[in-house]
Amino acid sequence: MSLQKQKNPMSVQEPRERIKNFKEVALGYTPEEAINEAWRCLQCPTAPCVTGCPVEVPIPDFIKAVREENFEQAIDIIKTKNNLPAICGRVCPQEEQCEKVCIMGKKNEPVAIGRLERFVGDYALQKTSDKNSTYNRTTAKKEAKVAIIGSGPAGLTAAADLAKEGYQVTIFEALHATGGVLRYGIPEFRLPKGIVDQEVTEIKKLGVDIRLNVIIGKTITIEELFTAGYQAIFIGTGAGLPKFLNIPGENLNGIYSANEFLTRVNLMKAYKFPEYKTPVKIGKRVAVVGGGNVAMDSARTALRLGAEEVSIIYRRSKNELPARQEEIEHAEEEGIIFRTLNNPVAFHGEKGRVTKVECIRMELGEKDGSGRPVPVSVEDSNWFLPVDSVIIAIGQTPNPLLTSTTGNLKTEAWGGITVDENLATSIPGVFAGGDIITGAATVIKAMGAGKKAARSIIEYLEKAK
Amino acid sequence: MYRIAEKESLAPGIKRIRVEAPLIARKTRPGNFIILRIDETDERIPLTVSDFDRDKGLISLIFQEVGYTTRKLGQLEVGDYIRDLVGPLGKHLDIEPYKKVICLGGGSGTALLYPKVKAFWQKGAEVFTITGARTGELVILEDELRGFSNELYITTDDGTYGYHGQVTDILDKLLQEHSDIDLILAIGPVPMMKAVVNITPPEIKTIVSLNALMVDGTGMCGGCRVTVNGETRFTCVDGPAFDGHQVDFDELINRLSFYKDTEDHLCKLDQLAREVEG
Ligand SMILES: Cc1cc2nc3c(=O)[nH]c(=O)nc-3n(C[C@H](O)[C@H](O)[C@H](O)COP(=O)(O)OP(=O)(O)OC[C@H]3O[C@@H](n4cnc5c(N)ncnc54)[C@H](O)[C@@H]3O)c2cc1C
Ligand code: FES
Repeated sequence: MSLQKQKNPMSVQEPRERIKNFKEVALGYTPEEAINEAWRCLQCPTAPCVTGCPVEVPIPDFIKAVREENFEQAIDIIKTKNNLPAICGRVCPQEEQCEKVCIMGKKNEPVAIGRLERFVGDYALQKTSDKNSTYNRTTAKKEAKVAIIGSGPAGLTAAADLAKEGYQVTIFEALHATGGVLRYGIPEFRLPKGIVDQEVTEIKKLGVDIRLNVIIGKTITIEELFTAGYQAIFIGTGAGLPKFLNIPGENLNGIYSANEFLTRVNLMKAYKFPEYKTPVKIGKRVAVVGGGNVAMDSARTALRLGAEEVSIIYRRSKNELPARQEEIEHAEEEGIIFRTLNNPVAFHGEKGRVTKVECIRMELGEKDGSGRPVPVSVEDSNWFLPVDSVIIAIGQTPNPLLTSTTGNLKTEAWGGITVDENLATSIPGVFAGGDIITGAATVIKAMGAGKKAARSIIEYLEKAK
Repeated sequence: MYRIAEKESLAPGIKRIRVEAPLIARKTRPGNFIILRIDETDERIPLTVSDFDRDKGLISLIFQEVGYTTRKLGQLEVGDYIRDLVGPLGKHLDIEPYKKVICLGGGSGTALLYPKVKAFWQKGAEVFTITGARTGELVILEDELRGFSNELYITTDDGTYGYHGQVTDILDKLLQEHSDIDLILAIGPVPMMKAVVNITPPEIKTIVSLNALMVDGTGMCGGCRVTVNGETRFTCVDGPAFDGHQVDFDELINRLSFYKDTEDHLCKLDQLAREVEG
């Protein structure tokens, strides 16, 4: 049988249709498509894909199970390493990880590992919605209580792993809903919130207690958690503090941080205004500053809210855009204008509302330490882009709310929590992982950290006995 | 879910509720606020904690029914629940260092002023309180304030009660009479706080409490940003109290106006729904 060179395509909503709704864009494989794609895997013994995966999912093994139509087994295999496949299959930057090193990819397109993972994850969710949990408690109940701070992917993963081992786990979440960025950041059309809900329900079935509206550092301190009998604590509070450009005019009306814009739309459901009471106002022409996933999500969300012209302003060239490949492609198909090699220098407004972004053109210079070319501004090349609103998506740093109120917790100069190789912080019994130690990164890395921290916590608790 | 334990009307359109929130009551200090969301579809709104009872686990919230959410809140009765309530948020106000203070409250801002007046008094400071309202029937907390102030002045815009004029008139007078005031605290509508700052000499510390629009209240969105001393600060975590001499009030007034039309729209829809229901 000759090998199929390209990935089996995944059906998607047509661009012209989808920009009018918030439904999921990518629709997933059918069982036949998944089995077909699974046959493209060479099952090579070296399995470089496994090392490419931050949590080392046994990729060839689960693909083999898919190929044999044994979807139940496929899910069991994935779940040995990854609790949230339906989410990771949708949001991981596979082209930078497993698919990047896939042997098939040397001459042809790599195996669509992400799409297969999503297929298996969705299959499992569908099964469990009418059946019992896919998670099984493997050991007897243990006495020790563990507190998890933050319900993003790092916290959820740590909680699930600890609960499976029988520990008494409580998650404390500052917001009124679980999921962290999965809930307030990544839009419905890319990650339906129903999936996040289902994953959280699964975790609750393991006996994990979730307490919303509790800010650790404000409502309760870390010290008080220990006093209340928690023996170990995991901090997964993410990188929630939005960066601004600090250029003139940035506080004009109509200028949002991506966090504010996406929180209004996703968490508060402003796209359903006036049924939901939180408003969002963007007008017809929108500029999004930045080139990562957050920028793509903001731009595509603006389009769906009725904007007619949405531009991405990015200071490097298209090759350097840090967003997932699929998001860039989808954004282009939807008509987002990429104004690369441009940088805003000021915002101008009338009657208090932004009307223009003043940009300067950029050129790529020498490569910097990270191997990316440094953008340099071209003198006297300023120009004006007329806008009704602007969304600033140039990154997030850790929120100091917890660290600033926890005296002896060591932090790095950039605000992240300092940890050792086992993710232990400077306070005995307190561990940290996810964006709070790396800065804004990825869902899978946060999950990987949650897993690792769970192992460290178990070790710590065993020793403390 | 957070149960409403008590409710009373302080003046037309101004209500006080006491809510069961033991964790928050335990931690709240004067100047802190909370964020609440009444129901699944509602906005998150900030309200200052105007008083707290740590033993009973209650916090008091005083609000003026000015928009959709505050009106809905005003319709809840004792025994009803608020779905989400989080706090205490913001930096509390340091009460300790001040010995002689003037506290000014405008409109429902007086409710937010009250816990600070009480705290200054309890720490032994000399307290001059000025509260202003549009008209006599909107004057609130008179007895409470009197109990914790050396001198209490009440002003109304229309002269129907107390002094006929602005709180700043009284402030001006007090500043002339007393040369040793070490703090002025003003809480109320932005134009009132701006007016206060305009007549206070820069050498007297003047603190204002800002009511920026908020979403999360934890520093996550930046929607509450204000310019203070030329720098962008987040009201919810860096404030809500700032040095009034450094605040860009005009920018704040502008930012507060941004959602005026959507709010009006909600209120109109609500009105319509009520009329239909009869
Ligand atoms: C718009 C957007 C799109 C993205 N797209 C992708 C993508 O496609 N692929 C990808 O891999 N990554 C993506 N990312 C990055 C990814 O979402 C993050 O790296 C990941 O969510 C980090 O997980 P976390 O658990 O560390 O933190 P978070 O998800 O940030 O969760 C932290 C949680 O802790 C809570 N919290 C904070 N402080 C406290 C406190 N003091 N007390 C109690 N709770 C607290 C927060 O409310 C939050 O719920 C995206 C990020 C954004 C913003
Ligand atoms: S309300 Fe979101 S940062 Fe202050």
